[in-house]
This record gives sequence, C-alpha cells and structure tokens, in this order.
Amino acid sequence: MSKEIKFNEETIALVNKIIKRYPEGKQKSALLPVLHIAQAEFDGWLSPETMEYVASLLRIKPVEVFEVASFYSMYNLKPVGKCILEVCRTSSCWSRGSEDIIKHLEKKLGIKVGETSKDGMFTIKSVECLGSCGGAPMLQCGASFHENLTLEKVDNIVENYRVEGKRKSYTDQDFKNTL
Amino acid sequence: MGKKILLEHINVPGIKSLDVYRQNGGYASVEKALKTMAPDVIVEEVKKSGLRGRGGAGFPTGMKWSFLAKPEGVERYLVVNADESEPGTFKDRYLMEKIPHILIEGMITSSFALGAKTSCIYIRGEYFYVSRILEAAIEEAYAAGLLGKNILGTNFSHDIFVQVGAGAYICGEETALLESLEGKRGNPRIKPPFPAVAGLYGCPTVVNNVETIASVPYIVMNGGDDYAKIGIGRSTGTKLISASGHINKPGVYEIEMGITVEDFIYSEEYCGGILNGKKLKAVVAGGSSVPILPADLILKTEKGEPRLMSYESLSDGGFATGTMLGSGGFMVYDETTSIVKNLYTFARFYHHESCGQCSPCREGTGWMEKILHRIVEGHGKHGDTDLLWDIQRKIEGNTICPLGDAAAWPVASAIRHFRAEFEEYINHPERIKEFKHLQELVS
Repeated sequence: MSKEIKFNEETIALVNKIIKRYPEGKQKSALLPVLHIAQAEFDGWLSPETMEYVASLLRIKPVEVFEVASFYSMYNLKPVGKCILEVCRTSSCWSRGSEDIIKHLEKKLGIKVGETSKDGMFTIKSVECLGSCGGAPMLQCGASFHENLTLEKVDNIVENYRVEGKRKSYTDQDFKNTL
Repeated sequence: MGKKILLEHINVPGIKSLDVYRQNGGYASVEKALKTMAPDVIVEEVKKSGLRGRGGAGFPTGMKWSFLAKPEGVERYLVVNADESEPGTFKDRYLMEKIPHILIEGMITSSFALGAKTSCIYIRGEYFYVSRILEAAIEEAYAAGLLGKNILGTNFSHDIFVQVGAGAYICGEETALLESLEGKRGNPRIKPPFPAVAGLYGCPTVVNNVETIASVPYIVMNGGDDYAKIGIGRSTGTKLISASGHINKPGVYEIEMGITVEDFIYSEEYCGGILNGKKLKAVVAGGSSVPILPADLILKTEKGEPRLMSYESLSDGGFATGTMLGSGGFMVYDETTSIVKNLYTFARFYHHESCGQCSPCREGTGWMEKILHRIVEGHGKHGDTDLLWDIQRKIEGNTICPLGDAAAWPVASAIRHFRAEFEEYINHPERIKEFKHLQELVS
C-alpha cells in the first residue's frame, strides 16, 4: 500500500507549469492545485508525508501546507474509499429528497455518513451546496455530477462504480459528464 | 420572449467551440475595443450601462473599475469570481459550461479597459470539470491570437489562467478569494485597503463575478446607453436566475429585469408553476443569505403592488416585508415545506462555512445550528425562538466580512414571517411526527 511519496517526471513538469503562472517568488499560489494533484496520486488523501513532500516542492514550511489542507473541505486528511459519494444536503436538495438518498445509501452500503465500506470501495459524505440545485437531489463522485437522483438511479450509480472498481478523483481527465 | 444577451446563442450546436462562437459574432468586442477604443472610454460605457455586480452585492461595476489604482510600474489584475457557492445559485456553472468563450471574451475586453496584463478565473474546486472546459477554451483563444502577445496585431498582450479552489464558501468573498489565490486559508481581509488598491500580491485588483464580466462584450458592442435601456430603473440589463426547489422546470433563465415574480414562477417560459399542482408557501429569491418571504409578500409588496424581478422591487419594504435580488438563486418552497427544517439546513451550512476568524460568527453560527437541531428533533425549549433572534442580532454587523450577516438574515426572516411554526415545534414536540410536512423528516 505505502508507495514512495514522489511525483513522476510528467507530474513534476505539470507542477512546474502551474508555478510558472505566478510571478517570481509567488509559487505558494500553486498550493491548492498541487494538493489536488497530490491527493489524486496518493490514494485519495493527504498524509503528513504527502503534505511535507508538497511543502518541499513549493519551498514553503510544512505548517503552511497543513493549515491550508485542514481549511478546505475537498482535502481528505484521513484515508477514504476509492469512490467518495458526496451527497448535497442543503436547502433545494433537501427539499427534493436528499435525506432519503442518504438513508438509502447508508442502508445499501451498511455504513453511516463519514464511514468507509469494509472493502474500501465507498465513503459516504454529506456535503453543502454544490451548485447543482436545478438538478436536485444530486451527488458528486470525483469530477462527475449525478443529478435528478432517484433511489433507482443511485443503485445504478453505485453498481457502475463497483464494477469499474477504480479510484475517482476530482482531477480525473476521463470523467464522464452525466448532466 | 425577453431580451437575451448572455444566453442568446446557448442552443447553437457547437457554441462551446471558438469557431462556432465566432461565427455567431463572438470576440467582436475584442476587435472593437483593442482597435478603436481607449481604455477609459470602455470604463465610461460600463458606467453608463448601469451594470451592477452579479455575484450578489449589486455594486455598480463601472464605479468599481474607476476605483482601480494605477501606480506606475505596478501590475494590475482582473480576477473573475467563479467560486459560486451561495446555496441556490448555479448560473455561472451553466454559463461557463455551455458557452465558455463569452467569459473569455469579456475578460480580454475588460482587462484591456483596466490595463491588466494577467487575469485569472478562480473557480470552486467542485466545478473541476468546468475548469477543464474553460482551459480548453483558453487554449483555443491562444491558438487564434486572441490571447498572448500582441493580440490581433495590437500592442495589447494578455494572459489568462484558471485557478481551482478546494471547497470553501467563504472564498466567494473577494478578499478571502485573493488569500486563497495566494495559497492560504480563505480568511477575509480587513478593509480598507480595498482590492482596488491592494489586492492580489498587494497589487491593484478588480474582482468581478462571471456573469458581470460576460455582460461586458454586449456593452462594448452596443454602448452603455443601449444596455441601460434594457431592464427597469436602476436594474439595467438582464439577469441570470437559478431556479430550483418545488417547481416544474428548475434551471437557469435569463430574464429582462422588471418581469413580475408571479410571471417568473407560474409562466411556462420560466418555472412553469409549482410542482404537483401544490400551493406556494415561500420563496428565497436571491440565494440562501437573503430573507425568505411568504407567498403573499413575494408576489406582492406590502403596498399591494406586483413584486418585480429587480433589485429595487425585491428590496421594497426593507427587511420587514422585502428581500433582495442577491445572486439570483431563486428557491421555491411548496405548502408542505417545513420552514424550520429548511432553516436548519441553512444554519448548518453557515456554521460549516464560517472561517472562524470572528467570534460572533464562529460561535454564533454554531449556537444557531445547535438550537435549530434540537427544535427540529422535538427537544426545543421555551424561549428558543427568542434566543435565536437574540443570537442573530448579535452576529449581524459585528464581523469582518458579510458571512455573518448572511448567516443572520435567514434566521431573522424565518422567525419574522413564520414564528408560529417555530412555536408549534417547541410547544408540541409529541406531534412532530403527525405534522404532514414533517413525516419524511423524522426517522
């Protein structure tokens, strides 16, 4: 499981390209994008080792990385399942039935919100408004938005991810837009 | 059909691509601005247009632009706020996803007016797939000579990049956004200095919403006076409305400001009426922060006049009987909706999203969530409604940024207009399961 925390050459080139967007000496601006890349590359979460590695890449102190990683909700500071099912629970999704979606997922996967299934495949998260109110209720998994959910649709989504068996990241290039 | 400025070509096949976008008149404003207009003239046109910030605050864009400091030899920046996180709002996502070049065009033209060599789109992290669409559009624009050095053979050079956030509502506040863009926690800055003087990396910076910048090409092509003729009074132009909740046709609609709220909710052109033929109970008209209004007050003002979709009409009556246009996040609730439970989802949201810098907001949002939670679970105490009222009063106006106000207003308005419902929850907890509108909520 524990692989070496180091980007390959291609990823390093991408990081350097991102750093170049900013003025000389302002490479810290690359922190959020680079953390996204690191999270996608290293098992979907940011371990202390991963954060220290990112700090060294950007020539900043590890604490500057920790304080940012702990502030933003998209960074996971603990191990997570391959597919994080993020169900929106704010007003419009709530009024169109998001609580039923969450209950259904909990029952189906045998876990509660915030937990990961034993096989390491799924984590359920309840999240705040994802800007998809017109398609309420909705859930996000990796880069994909799944909208106008019904319990049946949720079953299909879960099965498809299970069959595919892959880790889903926000940065996935090959995401399928399911709008 | 009302006038369409932003979504006119939205259904043209292939409009996402540069070629099709240009065939439909796209990028003409870049050509016109760079080759025939002086930067100050463009700023004047935007002032004349009466365009107001579309992110929620409604501040006049031309005035914001004219505040930009221009010290010699110092970089200036345009930053587009695509952090769109106000619950109920999804218009910018729609616009960027369907017709990304309208934003890129607006950014080039606006940057020329402001004298910015670099501009940036700060987009919320959850919209990662939209950032890919924008990056593809930017690449096309570079290849066509619309970005980079000496655009269209002129002296103007410009670069655009996309920066992705990582999940934080507060980063929609412009100074928190700039902090985030510098690779820090999204803690809002104390103002002054305003970003127009000291923004990104301490340089003069203009931060504008996606929809605001996307409206600039029309103003440059047709003139500020022409734009000002659209709409009503000081609510000039068109506005994108994100419609959601208990309606037949949720979605993004471009309206000419001044149509009636009733028309917007019930006509087939827009929301298509209330879902399943139910009755309207309440509306949050401009994103979660603005006051909720009961059906009678959203359809008509206190004076009995039809309420219009405009900045002025929606705020008619102040907070006592009115609300705000805000971001245009229009959430509709039918007769079965529990206002208290809905408010609980808002309170939970603001508690989750408070950055924690100011104690009234950090502590107060948590207390409000806790009290509302016990009320909806049937453990409300006598006096809880007054306690909630007291807490929100002590948050409003006592924080560095407007998140505190945004958290207070929904609570205040729900109590103001639906106090009886709170008391019902508190006085008759044993009946919570019986309440028709609560059946699904109690497990």
